[in-house]
Amino acid sequence: MVSKNKTGQIVLNIIFILLTISVIAPFLLLISSSLSSESALAEFGYNFFPKDFTLDAYTYLFKSSMKITKGYGITILVTAVGTVCSVLMTTLFAYPLSRKELPCRYAFSFFVFFTMLFNGGLVPTYMMWTQTFHIKNTLLALILPGLLLNAFYIIMMRSFFTANIPDALLEAARIDGAGEYRILWEVVLPLSKPMMATISLMVGLGYWNDWMNSMYYITDENLYSIQAILNTIITNIQYLTSGQSSVTSGVDVSKLPSVSIRMAIAVIGVLPVLCIYPFFQKYFVKGIVVGGVKG
Amino acid sequence: MAKTAVTPAVRRPGKKRARTKMTLALFSMMLPGFIYLIINNYIPMAGLAIAFKRYDYSKGIWGSPWTGFSNFTYLFKTQDALNIIRNTVGYNIVFILLGNLFAVTIAIMLNNLRGTMNKKVYQTVILIPYLISMVVVSYIVFGFLSQENGFLNKLIVSMGGQPVSWYTTSKYWPLILVIVNLWKGFGYSSILYYATVIGIDSSLYEAATVDGANKWKQVWHVTLPGLRGTIITMVLLNLGRMFYTDFGLFYQVPMRSGLISSVTDTIDVFVYKGLTQLNDIGRSSAAGFLQSVLGFILVLTANFIVRKIDEDNALF
Repeated sequence: MVSKNKTGQIVLNIIFILLTISVIAPFLLLISSSLSSESALAEFGYNFFPKDFTLDAYTYLFKSSMKITKGYGITILVTAVGTVCSVLMTTLFAYPLSRKELPCRYAFSFFVFFTMLFNGGLVPTYMMWTQTFHIKNTLLALILPGLLLNAFYIIMMRSFFTANIPDALLEAARIDGAGEYRILWEVVLPLSKPMMATISLMVGLGYWNDWMNSMYYITDENLYSIQAILNTIITNIQYLTSGQSSVTSGVDVSKLPSVSIRMAIAVIGVLPVLCIYPFFQKYFVKGIVVGGVKG
Repeated sequence: MAKTAVTPAVRRPGKKRARTKMTLALFSMMLPGFIYLIINNYIPMAGLAIAFKRYDYSKGIWGSPWTGFSNFTYLFKTQDALNIIRNTVGYNIVFILLGNLFAVTIAIMLNNLRGTMNKKVYQTVILIPYLISMVVVSYIVFGFLSQENGFLNKLIVSMGGQPVSWYTTSKYWPLILVIVNLWKGFGYSSILYYATVIGIDSSLYEAATVDGANKWKQVWHVTLPGLRGTIITMVLLNLGRMFYTDFGLFYQVPMRSGLISSVTDTIDVFVYKGLTQLNDIGRSSAAGFLQSVLGFILVLTANFIVRKIDEDNALF
């Protein structure tokens, strides 16, 4: 259904341009403010266009404090390890579920599905991870709780396998003497690349953006991810300069560009996602469309 | 074990062995995920029992003494309980209504748009807010609302008004939270509905055109009925999450400001604060228990109702 009406088209385009601006403008505010000088910010406040352009906030962030660099390191490590483990476990769980030969197939599917309907909530989960598994203040706390395996993705991938991998292909591989692991690796996975990409991106985004696990389980500043640093600085700008003297860092702490730095650090947290997103846009859309309605 | 009955009774022993080997291989694949779900999802379900205990750190959940319903009576003795339930349910109702209305409208508009390039750009852009974390969102909101440097206060002052202390004035927050929630989520749900809209059989539109239906009539008689299933499913999913809120939205975006907590505290925020800040595990676990159990009952009920009306759209 395509409207032939010309004014109608113009109106629609105007509406969408307004929507686009409403999405972009807040980011513009963030970026422009991070590039403005302290005195300009004091006078004009956070604005959509940089005033008195300067990179002070960024030079300060990277020069004065190893925390940002370290935070990036932690975030990248956790995202990489978490995503690889998660996709591996999701695939290994989903593939057998898609096979008719699996005994108790429906019971296993229900076992997964039920976790979407009912959960223990924060208190018991927190108690278990901290009291039984003692993951507090370890890197595992950023990887294990909640994020590693999502029932949603298992069901999504199972449906993909069921719909897209012909039984005949599996049977042929079996007659050739291939074991289940080899079939999965050499037959199923090459046919599932778009699905793997979609799930990897969704899981990776989840790890990159996660701040809750840090807030619940991490008090050791050495294990702060970028999101955790963001989370700390919003209430305590002094955090950046804590634990170091101006002599060792070579930067005058009293000249902390505290107004622009808040915005600069948020930019640092979000920039990698914004940069890679356009290239993977179709996978994100696919993930939403396939996963959104029914698993 | 119904599957074994399907296989022929007479089998060569070699084939049987191959089958056992295959089953074992499949089970071994599932083992890591199985263990993880038991630990991460099923053990905490049993841990909900903590709501009926007087928790003692040194004894753990199972060693602590039972107290019956005292955590619940304690919870409901204070104004907090009613307040957090009101906030949780109230915000959710507004979010569900506005969010879905907005998304359906945008999906239909997107579908009526001509041209491929502009369509692609719009689709790409509206999804951006969905990709960023709530912490970053709270920085953006701070950019607008900061007392000294915020964009809005500078604007108000430049027009001769008095600066507003946004983070301590509760009357603005229902509106702010609704806007932020809509901003962050509309792209996601619009794309979801759009996927259904483009799947609607184009011959239906042609038939409508032949019958003399204009654009509005086509939307009303073809597009909306075509979207019905997706709308029901989405609203159902949202209703099932009625007692859950986006913790980041209600905790990070208001900057944890205590002065406005009467309109920003939801069950999730209350549970977190009770657990970590107030050392109030009794009330916290009681609220968490209610959230889990009521949420579960709600999902089952919603699904049951949809099953009665229209079985195809039921979740399970």
